[in-house]
Amino acid sequence: MIMSRRQDTSFSPVRDYLIGVDIVETSSSGRDAALLPRPFLKWFAEKGWQPRAHQLELLSRSTAGENMLLIAPTGAGKTLAGFLPSLTDLTRRGKIPPGSAFTGIHTLYVSPLKALTVDIERNLMKPVTEMGLSVTVENRTGDTPQAKRQRQKLNPPDILLTTPEQVALLLANKEAERFFKDLKYVVLDELHSLVTSKRGHLLSLGLARIRRHAPKVQTIGLSATVSDPMDLQRWLVPQGEDPAPPAGLVHVIGGAAPDITIMKTEDRIPWSGHVSTYAMPEVYDEIKRHKMTLIFVNTRFQAELLFQTLWTINDDNLPIALHHGSLDVGQRRKVEAAMAANKLRAIVATSTLDMGIDWGDVDLVVHVGAPKGASRLAQRIGRSNHRMDEPSKAILVPANRFEVMECQAALDANYLGAQDTPPVGEGALDVLAQHVLGMACAEPFDPLELYDEIISASPYAGLSWEMFERVVDFVATGGYALRSYERYAKIRKTKDGRWRVSNPQVAQQYRLNLGTIIEATELNVRLVRRGANGAVGRGGMSLGKVEEYFLEQLVQGDTFLFAGKVLRFEGIRENECLVSNAFSLDPKIPAYAGGKFPLSTYLADQVRGMLADPDRWSVLPDQVRDWLNIQRERSMLPKKDELLIETFPRGKRFFMIAYCFEGRLAHQTLGMLLTRRLERAGARPLGFVATDYSLAVWGLNDIGAMIKSRRLSLSDLFDEDMLGDDLEAWLNESYMLKRTFRNCAVISGLIERRHPGKEKTGRQVTVSTDLIYDVLRSHEPDHILLEATRRDAASGLLDLSRLGDMLKRIRGHITHRDLDRVSPLAVPIMLEIGKESVPGEAHDAVLQEAAEELIAEALA
Amino acid sequence: MTPRALLKDLELMHRLALARTISGGMAPTGAEEIVVNGVLAVCDPLGGLYLPETGTLVVSDLHLEKGAAFARRGMMLPPYDTVATLNILAAVITRYDPKVVVSLGDNFHDRKGSAHLVSEHRALITGMARGRDWIWINGNHDPDGTVDLPGTCADELVYGGLVFRHEPSLISGKGEIAGHLHPSATVRRREKSVRRPCFASDGSRLLMPAFGVLAGGLDLRHKAMHGLFDREALVAHLLGRDRIYSVRYANLTG
Repeated sequence: MIMSRRQDTSFSPVRDYLIGVDIVETSSSGRDAALLPRPFLKWFAEKGWQPRAHQLELLSRSTAGENMLLIAPTGAGKTLAGFLPSLTDLTRRGKIPPGSAFTGIHTLYVSPLKALTVDIERNLMKPVTEMGLSVTVENRTGDTPQAKRQRQKLNPPDILLTTPEQVALLLANKEAERFFKDLKYVVLDELHSLVTSKRGHLLSLGLARIRRHAPKVQTIGLSATVSDPMDLQRWLVPQGEDPAPPAGLVHVIGGAAPDITIMKTEDRIPWSGHVSTYAMPEVYDEIKRHKMTLIFVNTRFQAELLFQTLWTINDDNLPIALHHGSLDVGQRRKVEAAMAANKLRAIVATSTLDMGIDWGDVDLVVHVGAPKGASRLAQRIGRSNHRMDEPSKAILVPANRFEVMECQAALDANYLGAQDTPPVGEGALDVLAQHVLGMACAEPFDPLELYDEIISASPYAGLSWEMFERVVDFVATGGYALRSYERYAKIRKTKDGRWRVSNPQVAQQYRLNLGTIIEATELNVRLVRRGANGAVGRGGMSLGKVEEYFLEQLVQGDTFLFAGKVLRFEGIRENECLVSNAFSLDPKIPAYAGGKFPLSTYLADQVRGMLADPDRWSVLPDQVRDWLNIQRERSMLPKKDELLIETFPRGKRFFMIAYCFEGRLAHQTLGMLLTRRLERAGARPLGFVATDYSLAVWGLNDIGAMIKSRRLSLSDLFDEDMLGDDLEAWLNESYMLKRTFRNCAVISGLIERRHPGKEKTGRQVTVSTDLIYDVLRSHEPDHILLEATRRDAASGLLDLSRLGDMLKRIRGHITHRDLDRVSPLAVPIMLEIGKESVPGEAHDAVLQEAAEELIAEALA
Repeated sequence: MTPRALLKDLELMHRLALARTISGGMAPTGAEEIVVNGVLAVCDPLGGLYLPETGTLVVSDLHLEKGAAFARRGMMLPPYDTVATLNILAAVITRYDPKVVVSLGDNFHDRKGSAHLVSEHRALITGMARGRDWIWINGNHDPDGTVDLPGTCADELVYGGLVFRHEPSLISGKGEIAGHLHPSATVRRREKSVRRPCFASDGSRLLMPAFGVLAGGLDLRHKAMHGLFDREALVAHLLGRDRIYSVRYANLTG
């Protein structure tokens, strides 16, 4: 067994790959080290380092021709391991003599993050330069200038670092075969996060096409810990009728157990909310005690607010920075550079810093909010202290009382070893439509050949020929039963049975609409000066981007937090949002959309267990324990498999709270279905709100009295059959389905992506997808895009499987408490009402009320 | 998600369903009578305006063949919008049996629309026009008039004490019935917000909601509407599920 040695302590990005966690696999070091060409051995020796066992094992098995999956914690030298097979092969190949025939790329590296490709390039160039290897490394992202991209096609680098979207673009090109024919390795970084999304589906299809251009290409997947490695091992190799053996697995077990604690605070723990500002003095003390602290939050608004709070108490003027995806690229790069140079003491960051990026000497990770899911937390905590002999150190800061329990449950269950990465889903149909058009743009395709290629991609292994034909038909003419668009077809079948694009504009349209990420329309935020007479100047610094819907809610003079500043909204000019300095400390905080990630099933189970077992409360803070004790006196605490329903009046409304603990998505779905049922039962529901822990529904009639008098049966109300007709009926009207439809319509190429800035030229056509949805549903409910929409909604948005499991679990275990006032356990969700509520039905009731005002006015 | 972001819902399904109910012989009431420039007018929840004194039915911005217009440019929108719009039109014609039908411009989504109309749809229009006068007012999308369809094309019509034109005049709006702007209005009460197409009138001029199922809407508070109305007197008549809801301008949000 080989151990790496810790050597110099000066900052070196390469060192971060080489030191870290212990390797448990053993291997024959003599034989494996012989795999390394001389420059590598010399370089390792000069640095006083040794290659790690997993790096050598991956090298040896890849060199022998195996597809490979490396699972290792952050800091285990994963990335260098992934590139060693390429680098050694390229070293043996040597420099290509000038005047040789065109040589395509040798290695393709794909990462989900643009920033990661830039970072990897920097870190890879260092050993390449120091060893004097004649290897060219370049990155290619959406930010790469057009001229460089053109040059890359004519004169490709040996190693190309890029994103899934760029891979699709390159493959849709006529020159794709030439570009990819010499490819030997595809290195897929952060594979666990890629495969679960539509981007992963697109990439899997791209990989299938790459294999056609370069049949001998080998894959190397790099991944953090996952629940089912076999999913990924299969993903990396061709599937279909004659699947290849799954990729080989090298699994590096993590080193020292991380040291995780829950933040203790003097202050009162809030009842509800997500922002944890109460604990900032304690967090600030921790920053002072550590060299470099990373503060992770779940959303941009949390980041803004916490950053602001820290600055107001920053009496020592510590260098603290903010990093999130909406900030201007220039600003982000500045923060990253300062971090790499160890010039910062703390960074408040969102998931933009989540993955694989290793910078600076982080010795503490503060995680604001509850863990929600373990894989994500493990990844974030892995950020700190990449030393093999020291445990990572992390502090959890729960934002409210339920989160205290969630954090404690996570620690008690030693949850961080558990893994709950979502499974690789079935390939989405809208992504497939996009890919089919891309393949027609590359060259005319034979449908049978393309079908075989597509089902070799693991997410599409189960795709039927009929469904494939429907997708092709959709791409060509929209796939409508009323075949009225034949003459406008985008792709046409030629005499030899191949499909080709009708005209070059189709290919151009494809390139503009490519990708699977649908972003909300964002406007650039520009800081301007406000004149004495209120006139707004022009010019000024660009601060980043903010979603249009948020700005729609503001009127001139409103203040909000952005880029760490309190800004005053001045107005929208063309495609920019103009703001000025507010010189105020009290911004209007944007409506907060709640935790981004739903509570994992495993944690939900743990929290229910803790709630039911007072013996386990001793570890909880006094305030939280008192809260639970009062709840037990005033109402009750549900047993682990019991569903507690509380009803009580408040104001002019009657409330029903269901403590389901199944996560926000499942609760939202349940809320929609329950309001329908309550409406039918005559409870006149007005709306509901869902958190990760519970669901509150309110209405005009006394729901509690209805239950007690048996006019309303809880077991009927929560019967599983709601997932039948009610679900179908609701889905068809729901805004969620409309939003999903919009995404599917864009990804599949039915409508064009909005390109901000183009609206002005008039070339951008807009049409409401909501209206398209209604017309399509009423005239062709079985259309393939509606099918794609329903599939998407069921799997992701609605958490239907989880809701179904819960309804099964609680059957016969529903307990009702009719109270005369709000219970302690209900307080957190009651405080969410008004912040975020989802209306049930009864839109016309709102109109009625407004119209009555007019009548009252007329009669007065 | 704010309720606002969730509820930009034009409730088209209700119109589609209501049209079906009416053609099935069950005609709910729920229309609202108002007066424009001294002329009695009935705002119908399906989006048509009926003028009983002259037996005239006004509809605006049908945008027929919008799907096909997009398909010609490579966006294969559902080809069902024309038949859906015509079904609603048939329902409202059945309800009032008007002597005159005025279609107030943007009858087709583009210049090619009426020439490319399939024969079944052409026959639907011919059937509806039988026994009555039909006036196609030209709009900005279809300034050249219609091809092979019953009725008369005109840029403007003066009839029964009212002026009918596609784009509202900036000079004088007195007695004007216009379309073009696709007015819609938003009402917010408690935490809920509802947006619907609407008739908008201050008693002097009236702006028609867009009738076409893919036509969309523009908020009455948008700057394009500025200067058209006396806001003190302006009332939005929102198209509800099966009736009209009238809300004073000051009580709208948007």
